[in-house]
Amino acid sequence: MESYPGKGDSMLFYEKKRDALIVRLTGELDHSCAVKLRDQLDALIRETGTRRLVFDLSGLEFMDSSGVGLIIGRYKLMHRRGGSVAVYGYDARMDKVFRMSGLYRIVERLA
Amino acid sequence: MEFINEMRLDFEALPENEAFARLAVSGFLLPLDPTMEELADVKTAVSEAVTNAIVHGYAGGRGTVRLFAGYTGGGQLRVDVIDRGCGIADVQKARQPFFTTSKGDQERSGMGFTVMESFMDAVEVESGPGQGTTVRLTKQLHPRDEAVPRRA
Repeated sequence: MESYPGKGDSMLFYEKKRDALIVRLTGELDHSCAVKLRDQLDALIRETGTRRLVFDLSGLEFMDSSGVGLIIGRYKLMHRRGGSVAVYGYDARMDKVFRMSGLYRIVERLA
Repeated sequence: MEFINEMRLDFEALPENEAFARLAVSGFLLPLDPTMEELADVKTAVSEAVTNAIVHGYAGGRGTVRLFAGYTGGGQLRVDVIDRGCGIADVQKARQPFFTTSKGDQERSGMGFTVMESFMDAVEVESGPGQGTTVRLTKQLHPRDEAVPRRA
């Protein structure tokens, strides 16, 4: 996986697998880094022209509701582009927050 | 509630202090030997409350966020997150899931209070326009075999 935007301090890694863009988030996902991540993800989506965005959350050490905002925002972008979003690698706590937010009504869960 | 240990911390309302606030509270809790689950619950709730103070209380401007934490000998934890920002006009409405006043580009989910409520035992909010906001989070941590540290 390559880091984005290719710097050492990046929280974002990605790879293209067939039609999907797989993005791996690492570290602590809160409001302070959500804006930067949003811009990086949107740039990646546009650069790759992907129709399928898959979040790998297994590298996250912490996530609060900022993560929900980030994923829903990317869903809206992907939806406008005729694409879809999926998540995997979430822990029980993230799962609870996703359920409360109704995230699974719009975003696919992958085992 | 009689606390056997307390801490107070004032910090600038900057996004980079969200992680600092989580770390400070979890460090303070360590003598209680909390489970990983309990630590993560508290860190998540504190993160939500501090983010609200920074994003909504001070709307991205300058200001001080005050953090208080205390625990009783029985492992009852209380955390207060206090700002002197704009305050909340309708607290009941603000606590509803998905309620947010932030603009589209900020992408707040409106789930902050819901998350606090689900990971803590109780969430009390004291606020009013121009009066700032105090969010009081309480949680009973698991009973421990060993006696909790006592004051000398």
